[in-house]
Amino acid sequence: MDLKETTIAKIDQLVPRYPNKRSAALPLCHLIQEDIGYLSNESIEWIANRLDLEPINISEIVTFYPMLRTKAPGRYQVRVCRTLSCALAGAYKTCKQFEDAFDCEVGSTSPDGLVTLEYVECHADCGNAPVVMIGEKEYTGVKEDVTRDLIDKIKNKTIEIG
Amino acid sequence: MAIKQQRLILKYADQPGYTNNIECYIKYGGYEQLKKAFKMKPEDICKEVIDSGVRGRGGAGFPAGMKWKFLDRKSGKPIYLICNADESEPGTFKDRQIIHKDPHQLIEGMLCAAYAIGAKLAFIYIRGEFFEGYKILEKAIEEARSRGFLGDKILGSDYSCDIIVHRGAGAYICGEETGLIESLEGKRANPRIKPPYFPAALGLYQCPTIVNNVETLCDVKHIIEMGGKAFSKIGTPGNTGTRIWCVSGHVKNPGYYEFPCAAITLGQLIYDVCGGLLPGRKLKAVIPGGSSSKILRADERFEGKLKDGTSFDWGIEDIPMDFDSLAAVGSMSGSGGVIIMDDTTDMVEALANINYFYAHESCGQCTPCREGVPWMKKITTRMCNGGAREEDIGLLTDIADQIAGRTICAFGEAASWPVQSFVSKFKDEFVAKAKEQSLLREKGEVSNQKPTLI
Ligand SMILES: Cc1cc2nc3c(=O)[nH]c(=O)nc-3n(C[C@H](O)[C@H](O)[C@H](O)COP(=O)(O)O)c2cc1C
Ligand code: SF4
Ligand code: FES
Repeated sequence: MDLKETTIAKIDQLVPRYPNKRSAALPLCHLIQEDIGYLSNESIEWIANRLDLEPINISEIVTFYPMLRTKAPGRYQVRVCRTLSCALAGAYKTCKQFEDAFDCEVGSTSPDGLVTLEYVECHADCGNAPVVMIGEKEYTGVKEDVTRDLIDKIKNKTIEIG
Repeated sequence: MAIKQQRLILKYADQPGYTNNIECYIKYGGYEQLKKAFKMKPEDICKEVIDSGVRGRGGAGFPAGMKWKFLDRKSGKPIYLICNADESEPGTFKDRQIIHKDPHQLIEGMLCAAYAIGAKLAFIYIRGEFFEGYKILEKAIEEARSRGFLGDKILGSDYSCDIIVHRGAGAYICGEETGLIESLEGKRANPRIKPPYFPAALGLYQCPTIVNNVETLCDVKHIIEMGGKAFSKIGTPGNTGTRIWCVSGHVKNPGYYEFPCAAITLGQLIYDVCGGLLPGRKLKAVIPGGSSSKILRADERFEGKLKDGTSFDWGIEDIPMDFDSLAAVGSMSGSGGVIIMDDTTDMVEALANINYFYAHESCGQCTPCREGVPWMKKITTRMCNGGAREEDIGLLTDIADQIAGRTICAFGEAASWPVQSFVSKFKDEFVAKAKEQSLLREKGEVSNQKPTLI
């Protein structure tokens, strides 16, 4: 597996900090996902090996935690919070705007591979609803105008992703 | 006129010029309480925390001093402290403010707590979506380490303690303390059964562990500063200290507002603090403590007796914002997430939205929860999509009644309470929807549009 040197360094620093190696499983999933974009079978085996675990021990967490992915997302991952406070502020309309703009239903990737559109649950910023994450950057107050602006920036690839 | 906040935890957070770096924190008197703590005996700090009466800010409101007292100190195993920064109860966004704007306050509170309970390793379990918060905490911890506030032989004492920031990955159940512990052990966040797995006895790696919320741990710093007795004078007996109320939904000025417990009523919070409702709207309902707490209807009368025996007769606006008053009206202050709904809100859609959340988040260990919660979601989604039936109403309550109290963790209740309270308090709306839709179906005018859950 081709991991960046910085990723390897982070992993080597992190694992010994835990009293029990297995605790590093989730952090390693994060680090490898951040490096490669998703968690392939090869990555899962690599993590298991690094922590002296069985691949199933890693698979079972990869399939449990919503933020961990086994497939590469589109160029931009757009995550619309749909939980109650955001919904009361119009999140479902925001999501529809994204769906129409990129010709993709929530839960899928646009045909051009530009956007993976997903619903997520409360992001703990309900006072600034609706909340949308693009990559690792959070956008707040995403009502109609703001959404339009975000869509334009995604289309011309100038959007900030954290 | 807006009522002025009385901030303790967020005292400096939004002050112009206040930043989250350590120089700024120290300039404002930061880490002085840690020095003070080191001059005290650990058991004396625990005593101050008991005297303060501080109750957990994570949801259940359990007295922190009592939880610490349950700690098994005789096992000979290492003791761990975990800060619960999973902040995932819908409607709650206070821990985020502390982490982003005043991370050193949390670190100082944690170190005081760790010293008091004898922990040499502490964790901050932060939800995975807090990318920025994670970076801020990592930086703050390095700053604290380089100044000798954290790590080996802190401030030249014999006491060493490290803090590891551990990221979750998008699962709400990691907020439940035993689910959190499983997750921290590198497994699925399947909650453990209590007894025997009370964290204070059998927690992380089967060792005694204290799990406290971010805000609770910040309170510890202030308890050391002012002393437990003085802290207990803020608020009312049994409801001490301040609380950060997170207000969202249909108000003019949503946001977070800190007040001593019981210093304001729900009406004052909505109308004087948050600027009231949008023009022309009327209050319909309030969820006062995160989406798991039972909903309050705007035109209800709340009558009964408080713990101390005094009787009350309140309208929704008269309810004092504190633990016991909200419990007395049949709900809870939970995590401080106050969700306001005005008269434009369709209650069936609102419940369908909540059910979608819980169905998505069940960990799947217990049959009533794994099967029942998605079933409730299916029913309420169908009710929003032209398929409402009158028998759905009884069915929803039946299912909820069979989940609550029959599961490993309190998620079962968290998912059932919204259903039970929405259905009983807004039954008229559920019935009306069912009647209206059955008429439409008879006429063959079934709407087959994709449901929006508001
Ligand atoms: C389903 C569920 C979700 C929870 N989520 C959180 C959470 O996100 N943050 C939190 O601090 N406590 C949460 N709790 C409460 C914790 O289990 C635990 O009681 C709390 O962290 C203890 O801290 P405290 O005593 O300082 O409040 C949750 C509980 C349940 C049952
Ligand atoms: S009640 Fe639900 S969330 Fe809690 S342990 Fe059981 S299945 Fe998991
Ligand atoms: S409901 Fe969207 S951030 Fe809380």
